[in-house]
Amino acid sequence: MLAPASAVSSARATGPPLLEVRDLQVDYLSPRGPVRAVDGISFSIQPGEVFGLAGESGSGKSTVAHALIRILPPPAVISGGEVLVRGRSVFALSDAELERFRWREVAMVFQSAMNALNPVMTISDQIEDTILAHEPVSKRMARERAAALLETVGINSARLDAYPHQLSGGMRQRAVIAIALALQPALIVMDEPTTALDVVVQQEILHQIEALRRELGFSILFITHDLSLLVERADRIAIMYAGQIVELAPSRDLLDDPLHPYTQGLMSSFPSLTGERQHLTGIPGSPPHMLHPPSGCRFHPRCARVQPSHRRIVPRLREAKPGHFVACHLYAAEPSGREAVRTGGRHG
Amino acid sequence: MAEPAAVQASTNGGSPPVLEVRGLSKQFPIGGFFGRKQLHALEDAWFSLHRGAITALVGESGSGKSTAARLVARLLPPTSGEILYAGIDVLQSESRQASRTYRSKVQMVFQDPFGSLNPVHTVGYHLERPLRIHDKAGRGDEVRERIDELLQTVGLTPPRDFREKYPHELSGGQRQRVSFARALAVEPAILLADEPISMLDVSIRMGILNLMARLKDERGIAMLYITHDIASARYVSDETIVMYAGRMVEGGRTDAVIQGAAHPYTQLLLSAVPNPKAGPSTYAGGRSGLPSLIDPPDRCPFAARCPRVMEICERQMPERSQVTPDHWVRCHLNTTANGPAASVSSERR
Repeated sequence: MLAPASAVSSARATGPPLLEVRDLQVDYLSPRGPVRAVDGISFSIQPGEVFGLAGESGSGKSTVAHALIRILPPPAVISGGEVLVRGRSVFALSDAELERFRWREVAMVFQSAMNALNPVMTISDQIEDTILAHEPVSKRMARERAAALLETVGINSARLDAYPHQLSGGMRQRAVIAIALALQPALIVMDEPTTALDVVVQQEILHQIEALRRELGFSILFITHDLSLLVERADRIAIMYAGQIVELAPSRDLLDDPLHPYTQGLMSSFPSLTGERQHLTGIPGSPPHMLHPPSGCRFHPRCARVQPSHRRIVPRLREAKPGHFVACHLYAAEPSGREAVRTGGRHG
Repeated sequence: MAEPAAVQASTNGGSPPVLEVRGLSKQFPIGGFFGRKQLHALEDAWFSLHRGAITALVGESGSGKSTAARLVARLLPPTSGEILYAGIDVLQSESRQASRTYRSKVQMVFQDPFGSLNPVHTVGYHLERPLRIHDKAGRGDEVRERIDELLQTVGLTPPRDFREKYPHELSGGQRQRVSFARALAVEPAILLADEPISMLDVSIRMGILNLMARLKDERGIAMLYITHDIASARYVSDETIVMYAGRMVEGGRTDAVIQGAAHPYTQLLLSAVPNPKAGPSTYAGGRSGLPSLIDPPDRCPFAARCPRVMEICERQMPERSQVTPDHWVRCHLNTTANGPAASVSSERR
């Protein structure tokens, strides 16, 4: 079965999705021609769901995050597709609507908390700013809420008047999360939120995020290169490779039965701390350069199970088992995809 | 401090170490010109490197692991301590700086493969220079042959595809392989690898670790592997040393340290590693807080965060004691639980 955009949603989805991404396409305009960083990806996130987007550098995962809150810097342009939040198109919002939409509907936490905070403003001023810009409350009220938010993310409110440089990396990242929570958004986009932090601090913050999510009920789009972080925390995971989603499944399913050779390779790239020491191979070769992506299946130059037709035909994301989608010719009766469709069109 | 027996008790069944580090410390003055405060980046480090073995130094940022590597590479002068190469204290015999001989024996690979290669030179040039400077090849064809051999060794094949390439034409993993090839050019006995995989994509990290394992097996190179990733240390190393706040707090045969972690910090570190195959995270949580490296008092640096802290931890840094013959720890719990007989700090060879 082919998967139309709307079908790539949670198997247990009952109500309408909070976020829907349909055939999103993003190009970077370069002097040597446009580079398609995101090539027609679709997924949706339910209220309260933690959705993981995993991929290596250059896979387009961060570009997706930037596109769906419309903060893509030039020369990147959204060249196709749609992003809907509660059924409303994000790309159709006016500037004023967009301002309300960011922070209130969708908030973001980015990788380098060190750079996300303004170094010459106190933590409290930065949280208050966010509140005051969106809500008609007094300065005093905003400060009280800032104090409560800091406590929520595990920072003593005595640090309210601290400047960012007076806080450790972990605390700064917590402060950024406090700002993201300030207006109680329905979705928080987290792009590598703990990558720059030490493992112990990373675990502390992830635990805290999970506790907050259970309490406040927001959804999370969690973007990372570290699949091992997602498997424990996400409800569903999408794996990106060279601008496309190659596999999408509930996390347990993805861990127990990864279908795409790329996902299988990723899974065998993490040495374990328990059991016998095993020889791991990782994946041969390197991620492709997006200026000249490989033809056909983009993973074919690194794939051990490649067939001649895979070099020509782009596989489609299709449902291999209930709720488990994969874009790989190995799981189709016969290779079919974009080229096949085009050929079919000519004959039909 | 007396010489800890564990420095000698290696995993290598008694072969003499290629390199031995004794009581190595590094302090950085801070607080401006008149400042008298010292940042204790590395305190009293003892370890040795053996032929055909990988020793991993595991720790978080600020634990002193990179400082240790830089001191051994002699990119920094230590405040005190000894570095013995082939039994001779190189800090005494070459007190001013590392000689060409020392550099030809001890090579380093850095974390950032994007910053450690010169963008205006080809891969071939990067490999040719050390060959010429250290007289490892004659002229013309011989140099070319050696370059091809080096590229082959690190898995950049066929060599002709890589010789004339510039760093920007290579992926991160390929660049890191060039860094290894460059280090190997002088036929070193010791390789210091400072976080060689942390900036690489997940799918190509294992390739680099496997390369390290191969170099150790095939060429008998002694390796120091600096990492924050204890799972990768388990994968590739024979011996593991855990560092915290400039101190080596636990060490020994890798399996002994990871399977039988005795230090509460090592236990915390292990529990924080995401391990999807083992089911939900076992991370128990801990009191956070960064240890201060500035003029630290004489006590266990982990005391403030330790769930099993005792009164003695606040006023005395524990000495090394053996957990098993191939596993030591610097923790008062080990000595109080097993009695003072377990302490081997007075036992000298």
